[in-house]
Amino acid sequence: MARSDVQLMLDVKAGDDVSFELLLHKYRTPLVNFLCRMVKDQAAAEDLAQEVFFRVYRARKEYSPSAKFTTWLFRIATNLALNAIRDGRYRQMQISIDAPGDEDGPAFQLPAREARADDRLIERERNRMIRGAILTLPEKQRAAVVLHKYHDMDYAEIGKILGCSESALKSLLFRAYETLRVQLALLVARPATQAAGEGKRHEL
Amino acid sequence: MNCEKISNALVAYLDGRANSDERGVVEAHLKLCAACQERADEFRRLWQVMAEVPAVEPSLGFDARLRQRIAAAPRPKFWAGMLPAPRFAFSVALLVALSVWVGGRQPRSVNPQIATANSEEQFRMIKDLGVLENYDVLSNFDALSDLPASTQPQQSPQPGNDPDSGSGG
Repeated sequence: MARSDVQLMLDVKAGDDVSFELLLHKYRTPLVNFLCRMVKDQAAAEDLAQEVFFRVYRARKEYSPSAKFTTWLFRIATNLALNAIRDGRYRQMQISIDAPGDEDGPAFQLPAREARADDRLIERERNRMIRGAILTLPEKQRAAVVLHKYHDMDYAEIGKILGCSESALKSLLFRAYETLRVQLALLVARPATQAAGEGKRHEL
Repeated sequence: MNCEKISNALVAYLDGRANSDERGVVEAHLKLCAACQERADEFRRLWQVMAEVPAVEPSLGFDARLRQRIAAAPRPKFWAGMLPAPRFAFSVALLVALSVWVGGRQPRSVNPQIATANSEEQFRMIKDLGVLENYDVLSNFDALSDLPASTQPQQSPQPGNDPDSGSGG
């Protein structure tokens, strides 16, 4: 039977380094992705993820399972990321979605039906826009959205990680998604022709 | 329910975590409010769009780098384990400081010798209580004050009349 994360961490506390390797293997990718969405740059995200795992290992003797392991892990990661962003260490990496692309390729254009655009190029440009929009959110909203959308965490756990109540979190998420809806209107809004067509159908 | 109140329940409704009551309230509002219905549709599309962004994989050297860092970290001193945890040490220090402070505010303990002396004094006072109770009566006794100052005024002895002062020889 597979040991729970808490049990693995208790084994790490007891001196079992293999259990630490198992936790590292299980959570390095989710953690790097979370931090990548917080600070954009993958190298910076990996530096922060290294710091998170290092702190987990260093604090193993004091570990007490008062919460879910993921809550503890992501709370450390969130605090590190928020401090790093507030310190300005990663400010230069944030981009504006209105700015020209920082990657190779032309500025984004909506794909017309007739256009035979390079699909990969369009996909990359869409991803850049979405990442850029998330990065323009205030840090706490950004963390809430990333944990909610990309890590599928429930409100109670996100609330514990961010140190806010569930109702405050719901309000935070609504404001964040509302900002993203406006910023990514180009990708999200219904095409006017489709809306007009539906309007006519309703009239009929 | 108005649009503002619906807004906080909308995300939970769309992600399926709202309870049946919340769901009912939101659905009833969405049927009546075209703006909120449109927002809900766009939130759904937004989530689809956000899901397009692929996950990244940590670089190959990630684990090795971490192991290297852990190995390079200074080992805790052998006596570090004997030191109390910071929270425990702080709690003990606080308790000691509080005890000293509270002890300083207590009335000082009574010296046994002084206590004995006080007891004897109290005993004497109780023994003479009858006299002390009458002290005011005695000191303000009008009958004594009404007496003539002196029935036979004393005369100061005259040097010439003093039989002892005469020249005897």
